[in-house]
Amino acid sequence: MTSRTRENKKLSTARTLMRVYPFAKSARNRIILGGVSALLAGVVALAIPLVLQWIVDGPMRSGDVSRLWPAVLIVLALGVAEAVFIALRRLFVLTPSTHIEADMRNAFYRKLQDLPVAFHDRWQSGQLLSRVISDLSLIRRYIAFGIVLLVVNIVTIVIGTAVLFYWHPLLGVVFLVSCIPVWIYGYVFEQRYSKVARLSQDQQGDLATAVEESVHGIRVLKAFGRGKFSLQKFAKQAETLRGTEIEKAKAIAGIWLWLLLVPDIAFALCLLGGVWLAAADQLTVGQLFAFFATAAILRWPIESIGFLLSMTFLTRTAIDRFFEVMDTENTVTDPENPVSLGTREGRLVFEDVHFRYQDSPAQFPDLLDGIRLEIEPGETMALVGLTGSGKSTLTALTTRLYDVTGGRITLDGVDIRDMTREELRTHIAMAFEDATLFSASVRDNVLLGRPGLEGEEAQRVLDEALDIAQAGFARELPDGLDTLIGEEGLSLSGGQRQRLALARAVAANPAVLVLDDPLSALDVDTEALVEAALRRVLTTTTALIVAHRPSTVTLADRVALLENGRITAVGRHSELLATNEHYRYVLSSLEDEEARERRESEREERQLSRDAERTVGR
Amino acid sequence: MTPRTVEGVQGEERDDLTKEESRALRRRSLRLLGSLLHPLRWQVVLTMLVIVVSTAGRVAGPALIALGINEGLPALVDEQDWMPIALIVAAYLVTGAIGAVLIAWYQVLAARVSQAILIDLRKRVFLHTQRLSLEFHESYTSGKIIARQTSDLDSIRELLDAGLNNLVQGLLYMVFTAVALVLLDPVSGLVLAVALVPLAALTRWFQVRSQKLYRATRVASARLIVQFVETMTGIRAVQAFRKEKRNEREFAQLTEDYRYANTKVIQLFGTYDPGLVLIGNMTVAAVLLVGGFRVIDGALAVGSLLAIVLYARRFFDPAEEMAEVYNSYQSASAALEKISGVLEERPSVPDPIKPVDLWKAKGHVRFDEVEFAYTSGRVVLPGFTLDIPAGQTIALVGSTGAGKSTLAKLIARFYDPSDGRVTLDGVDLRDLHPKDLRRAIVMVTQEAYLFSGTVAENIALGKPDATQQEIVAAAKAVGAHEFIAALPDGYDTDVNKRGGRVSAGQRQLVSFARAFLADPAVLILDEATASLDIPSERLVQEALQTLLADRTAVIIAHRLSTVAIADRVLVMEHGRIVEDGSPAELIGGEGRFAQLHAAWRDSLV
Repeated sequence: MTSRTRENKKLSTARTLMRVYPFAKSARNRIILGGVSALLAGVVALAIPLVLQWIVDGPMRSGDVSRLWPAVLIVLALGVAEAVFIALRRLFVLTPSTHIEADMRNAFYRKLQDLPVAFHDRWQSGQLLSRVISDLSLIRRYIAFGIVLLVVNIVTIVIGTAVLFYWHPLLGVVFLVSCIPVWIYGYVFEQRYSKVARLSQDQQGDLATAVEESVHGIRVLKAFGRGKFSLQKFAKQAETLRGTEIEKAKAIAGIWLWLLLVPDIAFALCLLGGVWLAAADQLTVGQLFAFFATAAILRWPIESIGFLLSMTFLTRTAIDRFFEVMDTENTVTDPENPVSLGTREGRLVFEDVHFRYQDSPAQFPDLLDGIRLEIEPGETMALVGLTGSGKSTLTALTTRLYDVTGGRITLDGVDIRDMTREELRTHIAMAFEDATLFSASVRDNVLLGRPGLEGEEAQRVLDEALDIAQAGFARELPDGLDTLIGEEGLSLSGGQRQRLALARAVAANPAVLVLDDPLSALDVDTEALVEAALRRVLTTTTALIVAHRPSTVTLADRVALLENGRITAVGRHSELLATNEHYRYVLSSLEDEEARERRESEREERQLSRDAERTVGR
Repeated sequence: MTPRTVEGVQGEERDDLTKEESRALRRRSLRLLGSLLHPLRWQVVLTMLVIVVSTAGRVAGPALIALGINEGLPALVDEQDWMPIALIVAAYLVTGAIGAVLIAWYQVLAARVSQAILIDLRKRVFLHTQRLSLEFHESYTSGKIIARQTSDLDSIRELLDAGLNNLVQGLLYMVFTAVALVLLDPVSGLVLAVALVPLAALTRWFQVRSQKLYRATRVASARLIVQFVETMTGIRAVQAFRKEKRNEREFAQLTEDYRYANTKVIQLFGTYDPGLVLIGNMTVAAVLLVGGFRVIDGALAVGSLLAIVLYARRFFDPAEEMAEVYNSYQSASAALEKISGVLEERPSVPDPIKPVDLWKAKGHVRFDEVEFAYTSGRVVLPGFTLDIPAGQTIALVGSTGAGKSTLAKLIARFYDPSDGRVTLDGVDLRDLHPKDLRRAIVMVTQEAYLFSGTVAENIALGKPDATQQEIVAAAKAVGAHEFIAALPDGYDTDVNKRGGRVSAGQRQLVSFARAFLADPAVLILDEATASLDIPSERLVQEALQTLLADRTAVIIAHRLSTVAIADRVLVMEHGRIVEDGSPAELIGGEGRFAQLHAAWRDSLV
């Protein structure tokens, strides 16, 4: 590697580090003050050997005991000053650095919440977690210690070397020249270490994912008895990580070797040279004494450069990882001049809507390939189609969890992209098939879409929603509606979660209710009850319901059939059943049922006659 | 309170442990640590040896410099004799080099030891997690068990990597430095001994304070992590219900709590660190004073004074890092306590001690006077006997909470009965070799989990050594082939963590293919078709009819379409089987099933 490219890399590292500046701007003065304190601490520490030299060459040589006292007192004062300056450095820098960390953390969280679902599909939460916790804490430590010490230690080394030169140029040169290999090896080390460190971080992430999956998928692993099998895979990953960690240790061992060896050689040469100079009367004993005292003080700054550099490069990686997310362009944003819906009616219209996932291969057609559908205010529209036909995707488009890639969706004539997302999502509420509940009380979970609702009104909405969704079981939980549920609380069954999610959507009191197969985990009885109750709500609310079952479809005024990315038929259930073959194929199981029953009864008859024969034969 | 209350994962969250309980936890942690270290003991001994020698090498420096000034310089001045100084410099170089090389070697050795411990621990926890029964997993949330295997292991790694290094190196360094000082000049050793008093006091103060504060940071960070992960995994619901602003406020509060806790810890260092420097510098001044008088008296050589000053200054260098070790020790020992707790949990469904082999299962399942209650004492299935002949297909019907899944899980041995026994071909499931059990009995549940990897890999989970043809054949048999072939990379398409672009119904098809490939004698389907659309369900039904022809099957389904392919229907209510008969019999009767069936028929179109 040429020095030129090396310089470029340094520059880009510096530039990367500077990206944190906007967050650190308000703390700049305190950081500078901290740096100044650190520098003063270094200078004061370096001044101590000067006094030592004076003591050795002065009072000690002359035997003047009375002059020893004040000199020692000066050493003491300098020592106290060093401690004070170190305390000041910490005082100045530490609190602001924690604020910077907190600000970056909040900004990161805000950004992630703002980014569309498409982003979260690509990023595993573990990857994001390591950024928000460990990367940011590394950045904080770097701001508080790393950068300050790096700068200050380099300055201390420069001043210290100057002092060494002052004792004797020859000794200074010997010491300085000996340091050069340390710097050179420092470069080599950075390269090697930052690469391994990054690798190790990634592998740790992979290992964490493997752990998560082994826990979340435990039922599958148990059902097939694949615990050992997954252990083997896990063990292999863990072994790889171990290899990387050993590599890392070897890199660290390398830098330690140099950092310890080189100063030792320098000390040895200086001892030889110093004694020779002293013998030749070029140097007093006091100066020799002070030289080693100074060199001893410089040892730590020199040793620290290696780890500070590696910290610099780790921080650079951390900052890269942080901004990798922060720089992601949000494709689903609020418009500059948002339109607000006056009176809401709830007319939802799909106008030639196209959608394809970003990573979908070019040769594939759009998943939604020109959807045209009008849902009248107050109407309930069922959406029917084969699994994987894009029904869920279509529902996700209505609240802009994804944005259409062509055409537009309008709510009461307004393109949903012309509204703020906040407003749009007050008008349209969703219930998902995989019901996500949060670690909060039942009450808070159900009233999620109605913040600000309080007192009796809140209770009324809550009760009503729970009744409609047949989620009365929640009142029998240990703490009733205040029972904590979610990951941190009580675990509920799939059907129970689905009912609460449905209650949540109903409680939101939207103009349009979008339900993505919301009853799949309910048993037949409960499903019938929910449907009866929903029917009451749906008389006044526009609804789009993804349905797999005839029973759900009967809730709807009309049914839309999704086929090959288009709505191929819209109509009443009975009409479609009579006229549309694909619809029958998708939804009807009656014929199968009758055919099967015929087969069954034939089989039974055969069985009976066979039994009869046997009895006769006996 | 008895020590038993902290057995396993109990008491993990408590912070009011009695002395006895704390001691029990510590003993448990130490036992675990001992068992981890035992296989590595010679490596540990070697590592210790290396660090002792290398530290001695490093500490020798100032003494040699003193020797150079005290002996080498006069020899050169008085007799023009280069020999002493040359020897001293050579000795300095050799000890320095030995010190440096050995320290480097020590780094690698220590990493080997700590990595060996970690990998052992990782594997143990992983395997044990897999072994623990579902009952455990249902009460101990996935977040906790993941934390045991990630953040807790990280704290242990931190202690092993940085902490122990610093502690061992630092302690040896201080001891050797003190020894060198005493050898050089006992009077200065006395000064150092006096300095140890404030050092000990300051360090003790630091430890007591930091223990408390450190715990606070861990609590705060755990809360922060929970909120963060929940937001990210539930991002759809967050956005759809406009929880962003509220989340932001909550998160900002948690961030602030964490920041505050952290600041407190850092401020502690802000006092401790300068305190150390102060003690160090005062000691230097003191030895200078005490030494200075004696140099003037001629009782001490100047070179020795230099060495004394150097030693006095360097003595305190490792103190701060060592004090920090205490924190990583705290969190690591807390982590070790929790991990050892998980490892102490005995699986309520243990592997048999003398496993019985069953090479070829016929599939005759029998419940013999079986009763099932959770360990909490809640009876779910009161005593019953049930015989399922080999080859019979059973439909389990009943409302939510009737105990259908529990009965199915008993067959799959996710649980063991509290009383009585469940047998396969006459062998108690508890005695059956786990391998044979899992080969013979497979359960497909409603939550069709996909692991990261390709679709093919996910299907192959049913039979890890399956060929590509077998995988495709299985997919075809359950009607999953078409959608898989239409994926961007077909069978090699990567499904990400949350199933990516694969819909819930498609996930279920994949898990069906998995079960088909596993080819068990007994197949249990627990709501396994709930997310399928009707055509897919039809295909699956057809596949099932061939698949189930010669095997035992237990099918749980809310939709009664499945019941038609059953030979026998069991209707359950409140944990009891209330009806038992062929579908035709029951439909023809006037019982619960007849009602259910009629209602269901009406819903069909």
